[in-house]
Amino acid sequence: MADITDQKTRSFPKLEFTDSEAGALDFPSSKSRTYNYYKPAKLRATMYEDVTVDVQPDPDRHLTQGWIYGFGDGPGGYPKEWTKAQSSNWHTFLDPNEEWEQTIYRNNSAVVRQVNLCLENAKRAGAYANWNHAWVAFIQRNLGAWMHAENGIALHVFTSIQRSAPTNMINNAVAVAAAHKMRFAQDLALYNLDLSEAGIDFDGAAHRDVWQNAPEWQPTRRTVEELTAVGDWAELTFATNIVFEQLVGQLFRSELVMQIAARNGDYITPTIVGTGENDYARDLAASRNLFQLLVRDEQHGAANKELFAQWLSTWVPKCLAAAHALQPIWSQPAEKTITFATSLDAAKDKFRTLLEEIGLDIPKELDQ
Amino acid sequence: MSRQSLTKAHAKISELTWEPTFATPATRFGTDYTFEKAPKKDPLKQIMRSYFPMEEEKDNRVFGAMDGAVRGNMFRQVQQRWLEWQKLFLSIIPFPEISAARAMPMAIDAVPNPEIHNGLAVQMIDEVRHSTIQMNLKKLYMNQYIDPAGFDMTEKAFANNYAGTIGRQFGEGFITGDAITAANIYLTVVAETAFTNTLFVAMPDEAAANGDYLLPTVFHSVQSDESRHISNGYSILLMALADERNRPLLERDLRYAWWNNHCVVDAAIGTFIEYGTKDRRKDRESYAEMWRRWIYDDYYRSYLLPLEKYGLTIPHDLVEEAWNRITNKGYVHEVARFFATGWPVNYWRIDTMTDTDFEWFEEKYPGWYGKYGKWWESYNRLAYPGRNKPIAFEDVGYQYPHRCWTCMVPALIREDMVVEKVDDQWRTYCSETCYWTDAVAFRSEYEGRETPNMGRLTGFREWETLHHDKDLADIVKDLGYVRDDGKTLIGQPHLDLDPQKMWTLDDIRGNTFMSPNVLLNEMSDAERAAHVAEYRANGTKVA
Repeated sequence: MADITDQKTRSFPKLEFTDSEAGALDFPSSKSRTYNYYKPAKLRATMYEDVTVDVQPDPDRHLTQGWIYGFGDGPGGYPKEWTKAQSSNWHTFLDPNEEWEQTIYRNNSAVVRQVNLCLENAKRAGAYANWNHAWVAFIQRNLGAWMHAENGIALHVFTSIQRSAPTNMINNAVAVAAAHKMRFAQDLALYNLDLSEAGIDFDGAAHRDVWQNAPEWQPTRRTVEELTAVGDWAELTFATNIVFEQLVGQLFRSELVMQIAARNGDYITPTIVGTGENDYARDLAASRNLFQLLVRDEQHGAANKELFAQWLSTWVPKCLAAAHALQPIWSQPAEKTITFATSLDAAKDKFRTLLEEIGLDIPKELDQ
Repeated sequence: MSRQSLTKAHAKISELTWEPTFATPATRFGTDYTFEKAPKKDPLKQIMRSYFPMEEEKDNRVFGAMDGAVRGNMFRQVQQRWLEWQKLFLSIIPFPEISAARAMPMAIDAVPNPEIHNGLAVQMIDEVRHSTIQMNLKKLYMNQYIDPAGFDMTEKAFANNYAGTIGRQFGEGFITGDAITAANIYLTVVAETAFTNTLFVAMPDEAAANGDYLLPTVFHSVQSDESRHISNGYSILLMALADERNRPLLERDLRYAWWNNHCVVDAAIGTFIEYGTKDRRKDRESYAEMWRRWIYDDYYRSYLLPLEKYGLTIPHDLVEEAWNRITNKGYVHEVARFFATGWPVNYWRIDTMTDTDFEWFEEKYPGWYGKYGKWWESYNRLAYPGRNKPIAFEDVGYQYPHRCWTCMVPALIREDMVVEKVDDQWRTYCSETCYWTDAVAFRSEYEGRETPNMGRLTGFREWETLHHDKDLADIVKDLGYVRDDGKTLIGQPHLDLDPQKMWTLDDIRGNTFMSPNVLLNEMSDAERAAHVAEYRANGTKVA
């Protein structure tokens, strides 16, 4: 039996009832229970707005002492000069997806569960055993190459951008896009690992050489690398999410892989690639809103429109060159259910619609 | 996921990177460090497939606790003395958190190690989590706590307040200047590895003792991400150490980062813990005791000291001086007294101190009553409006302090104040190290070497300058620190919510606020020398 006579007296704080609940007393501001330093978009502030707006301060709003650290060659904080795009009020932009920590983890965890379940079922069903050789090679080479693009955009495009934009709303939306891309790139890599262990003739290392050397992928790699070299954060967002993703990303994911996988006996790849498509649809909604606002800006809209036209004339040819270089991969699967021309036309149509929604003219380069 | 499959998965993910041949990523943020000879250090492994569900589970626990706190009427037992200080703390901390997210691409740009880029990008997402989960906690406080004033204007107040600005360098320091100085040494090697212990562990412990178990719930969840961040920082530090040319910069940055973190974090968290608590058990650890455990033993002895084996000179003198300031020079007590002196321009209320508090302070910091007791008794005596001015404008033997140009905490240890003309302006500093930071470290040349990427101290660094020679009532009104009746102040020098006992704009009108730095620069050389001598003698006339 334990001896309880020699135990030390425990020390613990005293509980005290203080009646410090809301409503316990009436006094000035006792009912002031909304954040009152910003105007919500609608009558009632959303959770997203409350946890996001003004967390990154701005000398044009409440920041009276200015930024207290500067760079060796210029001002600190988030200078508006870090992009050529202009806004009469950058704070107008709100993420249509209303991403904050709870949505980030709920949504991405749901995707993780979907992907895991899909891969477990595939293993259990021996789903890869029936793939024909051509399809195995297609996934090995092309999905293997594409995952590099996703990872490069995650780390050196979106992660980069979120240091630079003048509001928390823009930067957080882009940080979420980076998280999406990183998760998707890793999902593709781990899918590649599964395939190399599935007992089929799948070379899990082939993707590196294809991405680095295969002629059909070099213009895509070049474009991704050139994107990462852009210093202007808005141009980088525009060139990536509005141009590259439409003309190359969607072309490959939506207009090729998602269309032909089932006919080639593969029901796994579309499930995984579909999550990337879903991510992009969300991230595009944010980019579309941002550039719409900039084009519609009463003070700077015209100048922005001209600027975006310049960006289109730079990036549309690069992305179309990348798209055209990929044409041979349309011939690689055994079941060729769609032509390159059909896929590219579909991607171009979506791109035109997007540009119209933003309020931009269709660049002549698109028809070349 | 098993350890074996985790290792395999991580190896697979590392195949995603490649050596670019057409173009290299833009270098937006430069560094004077070099990593040409750096071995590739691999930080803690993290895969998104396990990361998202892990964080979702942690979130579910946090949100479950928040629901439970509301249903269980936690605010019936929360100490107002404690929660008032959260109006300040929670206005500050989401910005450093989000700044840490913004700092990650700076480190990615600077460090040519794809292995570490992944970990840094995951840290970015963690920091978005931390910032928004803390904003949400604050929203809950605003909704559920008896006095929402101050919470309701939180981000505006953070951006226009003297104390908010002190806290802001804790975020701006992460995202500005040399990429490695900011995003690695200041943020990760010092702030996250050393001072999150007091911020996110010691302080929540005190919250629980004051009836608030939500702060520990949220901040311990935050802290559980920090080990990965510490691993990121340590990997980059080891890479930097591989090149002898980095050593002077590392030693410079450790001195700056250590001292600035001490000045800022110990000022704030020390005050919250020592002056925000009602728990006066004699065997309850004081901030000094917590600091000894968390900072001196866990960080200095276990983390910093072993770096000496790499030939790095670590700032022993500054660690000892920080300890000296906390234990012998009354640093935390001076800061608390300064915050309380400035109560009209606060957006939180500061409680009066009782005999129980006095006894506890005397027990923990012998000599406390002799040095601070009389002032706090004056604070108690002058707590209500009608018969007296705010304490800052009454003669209680306290001279409003000069602001440190570097850390922006005032020069409260008056005998240590440094006064120098820097960049054609007379500036005051709390210490030799803060003077060195401005005059030597944050410059484009260091020890004869070009350091073009080092940051600069900018902005209106003395808050008082913005409000010089104005009536206090107008300042408070301009700042927006007025309740919804248009006249009662948010800040009060007591906790009584009886409107008759609360100060209004009318009660403080007629007091003109002067900037010590503006006045200092208006003085002749002789006047300034006399003034500084008087100030250093603790504000008493020099015989």
